[in-house]
Amino acid sequence: MQSFELIRPESVKDAIGAQSERSAYIGGGTTLVDLMKLGVMQPDHVVDTNRLGLDEIEVLDDGRLKIGARVSNSRLATDARVERDYPVLSQALLSGASTGLRNMATTAGNVMQRTRCPYFRDPAKPCNKREPGTGCSAMDGINRNHAVLGTSEHCIATHPSDMCVAMAAIGATVVVEGRKGTREIPFEDFHLLPGDHPEREHDLRSDELITHVVLDAPLEGAVSTYLKLRDRASYEFALASCAAIVTLEGTKVTAARIALGGVATKPWRAVDAEAALVGEDATAKMFEQVALLAFQRAIPLEHNAFKVELGQQAIARALRDAVQQASQGEHQ
Amino acid sequence: MSDQTLGAGPKRIDGRLKVTGQAPYAADHALDNTAYGYGVFSTISRGRIVSLELDAARAMPGVIEIFHHGNFPALHHTPSSMAKGNKVEETRLPFEDERIYYDGQFVALVVAERFDQARAAAQAVKVRYEEETPRANLEQGVKAHGTKKGKGNHSRGDADGAFERGTHQIDVTYTTPVETHNPMEMHSTLAHWPDGRLQVFESSQGVVQQKGAMAKIFNLAPHKVEVISTFIGSGFGSKLWMWPHAVAAAAASREIKRPVELVVPRQQMFTTTGHRPETEQTLKLATDDQGRLIALSHHSVSTTSYTDQYVETCGSVTKSLYSCDNVSITHRTTEVNRGTPTSMRAPGAAPGLFALESAIDEMALEAGIDPLTFRLNQFAERDESQDLPFSSNHIKEAAERAAEQFGWHQRNPKVGSMRDGREIVGYGMAACNWEAIKRPCDAHVALRADGTVYASCATQDIGTGTYTIVAQTLVELTGVPFERIEVELGDTSYPKGPISGGSWTTATTLPAIAEATRHAIDELKTRAVRSGGPFEGVDVEALTFDNGVLSFEGKRIPFAEALSTMKLANAEGEAHTEGADTSKYSYRSFGTHFVEVRWDPLLANLRVARVVSAIDVGRVMNEKTARNQVEGAVVMGIGMAMFERTEYDPRTARVVNNNYAEYLVPVHADQPEVDVILLDYPDTAFNEFGARGIGEIGITGLAAAVANAVYHATGVRVRELPITKEALMGAV
Repeated sequence: MQSFELIRPESVKDAIGAQSERSAYIGGGTTLVDLMKLGVMQPDHVVDTNRLGLDEIEVLDDGRLKIGARVSNSRLATDARVERDYPVLSQALLSGASTGLRNMATTAGNVMQRTRCPYFRDPAKPCNKREPGTGCSAMDGINRNHAVLGTSEHCIATHPSDMCVAMAAIGATVVVEGRKGTREIPFEDFHLLPGDHPEREHDLRSDELITHVVLDAPLEGAVSTYLKLRDRASYEFALASCAAIVTLEGTKVTAARIALGGVATKPWRAVDAEAALVGEDATAKMFEQVALLAFQRAIPLEHNAFKVELGQQAIARALRDAVQQASQGEHQ
Repeated sequence: MSDQTLGAGPKRIDGRLKVTGQAPYAADHALDNTAYGYGVFSTISRGRIVSLELDAARAMPGVIEIFHHGNFPALHHTPSSMAKGNKVEETRLPFEDERIYYDGQFVALVVAERFDQARAAAQAVKVRYEEETPRANLEQGVKAHGTKKGKGNHSRGDADGAFERGTHQIDVTYTTPVETHNPMEMHSTLAHWPDGRLQVFESSQGVVQQKGAMAKIFNLAPHKVEVISTFIGSGFGSKLWMWPHAVAAAAASREIKRPVELVVPRQQMFTTTGHRPETEQTLKLATDDQGRLIALSHHSVSTTSYTDQYVETCGSVTKSLYSCDNVSITHRTTEVNRGTPTSMRAPGAAPGLFALESAIDEMALEAGIDPLTFRLNQFAERDESQDLPFSSNHIKEAAERAAEQFGWHQRNPKVGSMRDGREIVGYGMAACNWEAIKRPCDAHVALRADGTVYASCATQDIGTGTYTIVAQTLVELTGVPFERIEVELGDTSYPKGPISGGSWTTATTLPAIAEATRHAIDELKTRAVRSGGPFEGVDVEALTFDNGVLSFEGKRIPFAEALSTMKLANAEGEAHTEGADTSKYSYRSFGTHFVEVRWDPLLANLRVARVVSAIDVGRVMNEKTARNQVEGAVVMGIGMAMFERTEYDPRTARVVNNNYAEYLVPVHADQPEVDVILLDYPDTAFNEFGARGIGEIGITGLAAAVANAVYHATGVRVRELPITKEALMGAV
């Protein structure tokens, strides 16, 4: 790990003032410190966010939920309003990492979480995300854990977050503060596809700091579930996950939100599947059909082709599980 | 006190020290003026170092010295003999030349005032390589230069001829991947040279072997080397023989004349401290029309390094588990650009029994016989490979009791026929087996005037409970309770003891401890009847010692009082016990695993739901630690079956998943109910206590039992470990 200067501002304004091209914000440090030890991230200045407040969860007048950047994953998962109004988020958070990591990890830090691609994490290997133009080692390498959706010829790194998958399904806004003031970025626009520039992972300018994530108001009468599939039963990143939120009128689907994790380069809204589901009968057969749509444009590689089918299974089962709650009267 | 004698299940005597953080592990020892080392590790796996750019690193804060092949002191090779007590697995010395044989090989060592300074400087060292195309895996090795003959081969009868005559035949190939030991505690060395002697604190499963190897490498008289390993955060075999880091730390310390501590980073625990090699195993089995096994061939190839010939003896169990007249076992190796492999829990048998016990399952089904019945009919009554009787073998009882407990007889043999909601249930079973070995051992015991009993031996407790069972032995023989017993292990200044490996420790160490205890008691009695002794004039044969008390005709004197009366500090006993006599018996441990798996086809989710294991390891010395060993081995076996696989990039031979997040081992949520039946039949032909050792056997056969259950549930015969989702997807 290279030497760095730790800066501990007391206000958001000072934090933004301390930020530069060669600095990084630190929240819980569960990604950053790891990558600094590996030599993957080498900031000269580390700007600590732990004295900035930003640790409140509040319901806004319009029914949305405003989450401070520093609210820990543990606190967010067990917040009574989250458990009641956004159980899919609580489930997603609790399926990620371990208790110790969730206690440290923050909301903004999770949004900014970086990929687990092993070639990204090893400075001795070519990686377009880490060193643009050096090539993608994963494309023809060991790519079992890599993405099949949203990939480009330059990068197939999977976005690792569970929390972000639930937020993508719920709908959210990332609130950022910079020298020029506040910006609100729709959640689906915050993370960028790798395209020709896999080094650009999000729509955050170098002077900007995430201050809040605001969740859309919960869908009235919705049922939901977060389903995470992986090799072992806990403490592993998803091979495929699905956050599903559905509203029903009788047996007909009136609204559907389907987001995927573990299979894509960013938290992935399966919009084609959602559109195909609305207005249809909530049957297992229909869920399987829309699940196929979600992977129409998948690009499987040597070791990760099974993720197409696994991801489809995740969608079909998540929808079934969610709808089953409705029939059992367990509205969220 | 009966709850502390042998066979009972007292808690570990070192448990409190461990859970309160007071047990010092190797890197916990603090020495004044210690400097810290951090390695620069190769990022290619085959080629040579062209140049090292060190200036920037040298100029960094705290850097004391940077060692590499250009300035490392000339050292010597150890002959690497286990019998002579100087074995290492990787005989090449660190920094011996500019050659690179594997990814993650030491190419330089930075020594600095602080750990973080050493690491930062190590990352600033730039290395230029001339890279050659590496052999990244078994397939590439075989293609490049074929295979070499290994050890442990065996042949009887005519396996090929008998195979051709068979009514039912199986000819199948199984593969197992590289597995990495991944003990919780990193490999670490703290070395210094007080008064020209070398003292090393190491996380070691074999201090005596490390001492011998260090003496050879540094050309020192043996008494000038001391290796200390008081507590070990597990090893699973990776800490049996010392690795290059220990040599590097000791040499660096001698050069800079300060203590040097070197902890191997987790990433390099995947490269430079051994692993279980990749194997490819071909099994050819045939039965006659009665379902009798008439041919059994087990031919394996395993990977080894370019620097050393390590053989994974996959057929070591195959030659004696089943009765068969025509058997052929061969082991071959192929060199690849990986670090040197080494023993990992049940070496040979763990991958070997995955193949054998899967093949037996396939053979039984092919012959139309229930897999349990097939085995019960053909388990060998004697060791046909050596033509010797087994000293003690209760495998049939183990199979029958475990089957009963598990409910095997409720199994519907039709594939995929047992369902529970969304899940398909599969039942599978396999035998487990491991050799029993007793080696020479020395020990020292003292009855002390303060009423305590002391024992020492240069073996180790790697977390398995050796401290505790030595203490139990002392309780058994002296009647003195745990509170007044002190056991010291893991230091070469104590009498020579065995490595903590191979399940040797219990059978090897306890007889020596017992013999030394008896000698100490004899010494006490001899002194007591002499002139001035409390039993002066009494016939020493008539004097008894029970529950810590000397007595003769109603006169009873506790040993502490007797020693005080004689103004003696203690009565001591030394012992040397020999290895087992292998001319009359074949000594082995036996058992069976029964496994229930659950397969959810709509989620591609496989889990092990239940395990029942019956284990015949002779007498159980501590019910609690013994059960714990089997439970732990079963969980490790689940990891072997479903998760563990060290992945090497086929283009570069570099390890890809070198951390705890991506190298998967079971977590708590993966652990099913594990029901362990300990048969507890003393094997008194083997040693006085009848104990054979229990560390390895539990992992053998477990992966096969899982694979057999998976076949029963899904109809997919997985012959490649680990059993992944993708291997099963698309199954009925």
